[in-house]
Amino acid sequence: MPAPFDLSDDSVVVIIGTGAGGGVLANELAQKGIGVVALEAGGRYLPEDYVNDEWESFGQLAWLDPRTTSGDWRVAKDFSGLPAWIVKAVGGTTTHWAGASLRFQPHEWKAATTYGALEGANLLDWPIDDKELAPWYARAEEKMKVTRTGGRAGLPGSNNYKVFETGAKALGYEEVHTGRMAINSDWYDDRPPCQQTGFCFQGCKWGAKWSTAYTDIPAGEATGNLEVREKAHVLRIEHGPDGKANGVVYAAEDGTEHKQMARIVCVAGNSIESPRLLLNSASSIYPEGMANSSGQVGRNYMRHLTGSVYGIFDKPVKMWRGTTMAGVVQDEARHDPSRGFVGGFELETLSLGLPFMAAFLDPGAWGREFTTALDSYENMAGMWIVGEDMPQESNRVTLSDTKDQFGMPVANVHYSDHQNDRAMRDYAYKVGMAMYDAVGATRTLPTPPYPSTHNLGTNRMSANPQDGVVNKWGQTHDIANLFVSDGSQFTTGAAENPTLTIVALAIRQADHIAGAMSKNEV
Amino acid sequence: MTTTTAPRGLTRRQLLSRATAAGAFVCGAGFVAGRDAAWATEMTAMTPESFATLVQMARDIYPHDRIPDANYVTAVKGYDTPEEADATEAGIAALDRRATDLKGSRYLDIGWERDRAEVLRSMADDAFFEKIRAGLVTGLYNQKAVWPIFGYEGESYSQGGYIDRGFDDIAWL
Repeated sequence: MPAPFDLSDDSVVVIIGTGAGGGVLANELAQKGIGVVALEAGGRYLPEDYVNDEWESFGQLAWLDPRTTSGDWRVAKDFSGLPAWIVKAVGGTTTHWAGASLRFQPHEWKAATTYGALEGANLLDWPIDDKELAPWYARAEEKMKVTRTGGRAGLPGSNNYKVFETGAKALGYEEVHTGRMAINSDWYDDRPPCQQTGFCFQGCKWGAKWSTAYTDIPAGEATGNLEVREKAHVLRIEHGPDGKANGVVYAAEDGTEHKQMARIVCVAGNSIESPRLLLNSASSIYPEGMANSSGQVGRNYMRHLTGSVYGIFDKPVKMWRGTTMAGVVQDEARHDPSRGFVGGFELETLSLGLPFMAAFLDPGAWGREFTTALDSYENMAGMWIVGEDMPQESNRVTLSDTKDQFGMPVANVHYSDHQNDRAMRDYAYKVGMAMYDAVGATRTLPTPPYPSTHNLGTNRMSANPQDGVVNKWGQTHDIANLFVSDGSQFTTGAAENPTLTIVALAIRQADHIAGAMSKNEV
Repeated sequence: MTTTTAPRGLTRRQLLSRATAAGAFVCGAGFVAGRDAAWATEMTAMTPESFATLVQMARDIYPHDRIPDANYVTAVKGYDTPEEADATEAGIAALDRRATDLKGSRYLDIGWERDRAEVLRSMADDAFFEKIRAGLVTGLYNQKAVWPIFGYEGESYSQGGYIDRGFDDIAWL
């Protein structure tokens, strides 16, 4: 029973976005009896709506509003209007994500201290640490029913995993398993165990994978305290003469503009849209955009190192069968500068269907070298490299000259690799190829990064207000009732897939906001 | 688009008598057919000669020996429209000029793929080449009809996924 709140109701918390950050925060606040209006730019799609077809699903779920790109990353050349593969729908990118749910390693909260000064890297320690986040991680894992945590079983290994595991063990790796996955390994919360269907990226038709679209959001709505407004595309945040946020202006599906008043505003539109929104909310009081006295809004954009390795064998693998990302090697995630770079990386199983493999294996390539690789599609195994990339001030989201359908400047995403990123990727390609060679690969393919799914860092958390945009609660340093609730809070990226940490931070933030509201601090 | 298993008005023998060196037959009178008579398509706006060249160009960009011509025809048939035809004809004319400069004959009459690929490589930065190449990425590989040729099985939810259908059936490790 969605709770209808009046536009003039200034007692509500307005949350912009309903993905891992916004969707969880909305439910957690609603469970505590707090009125929440969640504004979602996309429509609502549920398991019965998802399609096992890569391009059709992409058209259904992906954020396809215009964006622009710059920098030396190859994505800017090959996919100049598509810097990121993320979702515009209720549930956000939790519909698309693969489910990998790894905690940060303790040292990764202290990247500046651990890695030391690195020229060109804008490293900073998080204002929170492993001990602080541990109980929130435990709550996130329980919420998401993460495998290999809380006594839950792991997922079974697919063909793609078995090739991956055989290669990893041949190289002497020890931390090799089918992952800690937010994909049910048994019946939990009336959701079935994984049916090994593939198409994890296209929305799980079984609902076995955790997504806010069919977990937290309906749970929040059932309390009567949460109203989700779909196809409500936020244009700007507004403030009163006191500088505090007082509401959010959005365009409804019919194009009409509305302003929802608010006691608190939480931004959770991901690391591209969240800084864009703060920058597009510039005013006479905040000429550089809201919460931007540090000048850090939009800066330090991170996307994880990424890259893939595919191996071709003389016999079939059929990598598309089964859970896409249920396989990980963690041995290389450690910090060990003797490898020629700081930080580390995870290796995770990956598969693309034939249509996306053609688009992403080597974008722009053609001729026999390319087509003979695809001819062996059935005999391919695949893995993804997820490594910590360095925050750089010049890698940033800015406002483009291009305007969207509402006349608002779109985001330009600028990214260039740091030398550390290149060194780590080259090393990771070598070990990935060696893994497949050890299983008898006849050909290996070091594949360039895809449009980003891990978008991080553009409103980063800092102890000192001059170094970042939000404090350790995700509360903006400048405006007490304006919070950031998504991956843009990340001070540094760590080597792990970010969703678990986003969810843990959102649960923790809900506790903090509820406490601050009850004490009338905001 | 229209593909039929046998071109109208011509016998297989007549088709064979009109064979050209590579790829498709131009059957005159507004349609074009494959060497093996496995496909034929009526022309809407392009000349049959230019369309046959375009089909060969598509195969040379993404050559898969096990994919029949009919799928390449499907992939590029969208250029045979009043909106696209002029630009496409101009692109094909430029391709033939380059082929003549480099290899001494029009593109379709170059016998070896290696030599046609050399012509294409010399034009790889041109907007026309890139438009055709980029269009093929979805135009060719997103045809469900070609997926089985690669072993790709497509949709699996309606069959219950692979939990009982071989997600872990690898036997050669």
